[in-house]
Amino acid sequence: MAKDDVWILGIYMTKFGKHPDEDTVDLAAEAATAALKDAGVTMRDMGVLAAGNLMGAAAGIGQQLQKQIGQTGIPVYNVANACATGATALRTAIMSVKAGEADMGLAVGVEKLAGAGLLSGGTRKAEGNTWTPHGRYGAVAPVDGRIGTETMPGVFAQVGMEYLHDHPYDGEPFQLFARISEKNHAHSTLNPLAAYQKKMTVEEIMNDVMIAFPNTRPMCSANCDGAAAAVVVSGERLKSLSKEQQQRAVKVRASILTSDPWQEACQILPDVNTLTRMAAEQAYEQAGVGPEDLDLVELHDCFATAELVHYDNLMLCKPGDAVSLFESGATWRDGKIPVNVSGGLESKGHPIAATGIANVWEIATHLRGEAGDRQIEGAKIGLAHVIGLGSACGVHILEKPAA
Amino acid sequence: MSGQVPLVEYLELGDDPHLVANECTECGARFFDRRNACASCFGTSFKKTRVETTGELRAFTIVSFAAPGIPTPFVAGVIDCGGTSVRANVINCPPDPEHVKVGMKVRLATAPVGTDDNGTEAVGFGFEPIS
Repeated sequence: MAKDDVWILGIYMTKFGKHPDEDTVDLAAEAATAALKDAGVTMRDMGVLAAGNLMGAAAGIGQQLQKQIGQTGIPVYNVANACATGATALRTAIMSVKAGEADMGLAVGVEKLAGAGLLSGGTRKAEGNTWTPHGRYGAVAPVDGRIGTETMPGVFAQVGMEYLHDHPYDGEPFQLFARISEKNHAHSTLNPLAAYQKKMTVEEIMNDVMIAFPNTRPMCSANCDGAAAAVVVSGERLKSLSKEQQQRAVKVRASILTSDPWQEACQILPDVNTLTRMAAEQAYEQAGVGPEDLDLVELHDCFATAELVHYDNLMLCKPGDAVSLFESGATWRDGKIPVNVSGGLESKGHPIAATGIANVWEIATHLRGEAGDRQIEGAKIGLAHVIGLGSACGVHILEKPAA
Repeated sequence: MSGQVPLVEYLELGDDPHLVANECTECGARFFDRRNACASCFGTSFKKTRVETTGELRAFTIVSFAAPGIPTPFVAGVIDCGGTSVRANVINCPPDPEHVKVGMKVRLATAPVGTDDNGTEAVGFGFEPIS
């Protein structure tokens, strides 16, 4: 419990799925109060609050939450960073503690997305009956669909296919990606908080509705409602807390956020690789561990095609060897490096701003030995990764509580 | 008034249709819309540059669910045109994985987008297989 360490004292995720009777503030309040209870502290102990709700970014979810569970005048940072919003909230609270401005902080992410349908990029409606140039490209008509695609399943489909171009693959790409999805759906059957807990065969996955080849519907992240929250504490403050609190505190070995550095094609197809690799390198260095030390990984499988490239980006395999890593069975829950034992975004669900804290919750829960039927036995070190297009990448490496 | 307009300003029509990029005079980075400074080297000087009209398909997807008014399925991809990456649809080719492969050679082709009330035709572009 060194003075400048940061620890997760309490953490919680709600059931992901449909919550028709709860609004975003209700869900955020459920997660925040449960995380505080898990930590054994109250809003009075919090020195900072960082909160995110991407779809309602202008509303100020942090202050809305305070009005629901406790207003104490502390600084609130409302953050928005695409699908990395939750990780950004957590990182903001961690930075505040690291900077010595607070000795305890609360991070919350919440989203209501059930029934949201296909999410795409910056489409605009056609207007008028004469061609008039608009926007930065002087476009006379919407370009999404006419000049490539801005839909998320299509963007990430290309990310996966590009990997198989750069690292030639003899097999059938569609089936390969469907088998990654099969793994995550199989994992989800052990996670009672997942939005979907249905085991699916490769054939069922491939024969489901095609969204953007090679991603069928079950290979896409599930839009759903959910929230997650974490209480972080300084090593110094943790020393003054009870033995029981100390014994469940999970150490934050690394907390990293990156954006995408310029690469030749990055403004044509989002480059989700370089910034993830940078974040991973920085995280391993900060944590003083390597990928071989990880007992489990939760990575951002927003689409089955994305999971493959992140095996490589997070250096779980040698460069170019992501397919072999998967084919070896290593990323199944009984493999060498289990990936997405929660079921991943494809079955657990992806309530955007909650995801970056929910992934950390999954890792922390295994490190505490509290993951029930899906516990990865003896897990000591784990990594949580998220990516938000635009782009932002969050990586957190956590370590098991001291005995 | 009739005639043609390009779908986007960076498409040059006429007898020899091609794409035009803003190239950083310092480092050569290319952009299809304007930049206050180069995202790669922060230089502030740019020149118009013709982009090669042939290339290799680096990545693709076959989109089945798209924005209203876009016929599906269609093929969207990234084409490496002599070192400049271009986003475009793959056209004049059946939209299925038997006909579309990463690594295939393609060339720029124009395609009509529609005609407005003044009789002006908007013309877009895609890339077609070089058979």
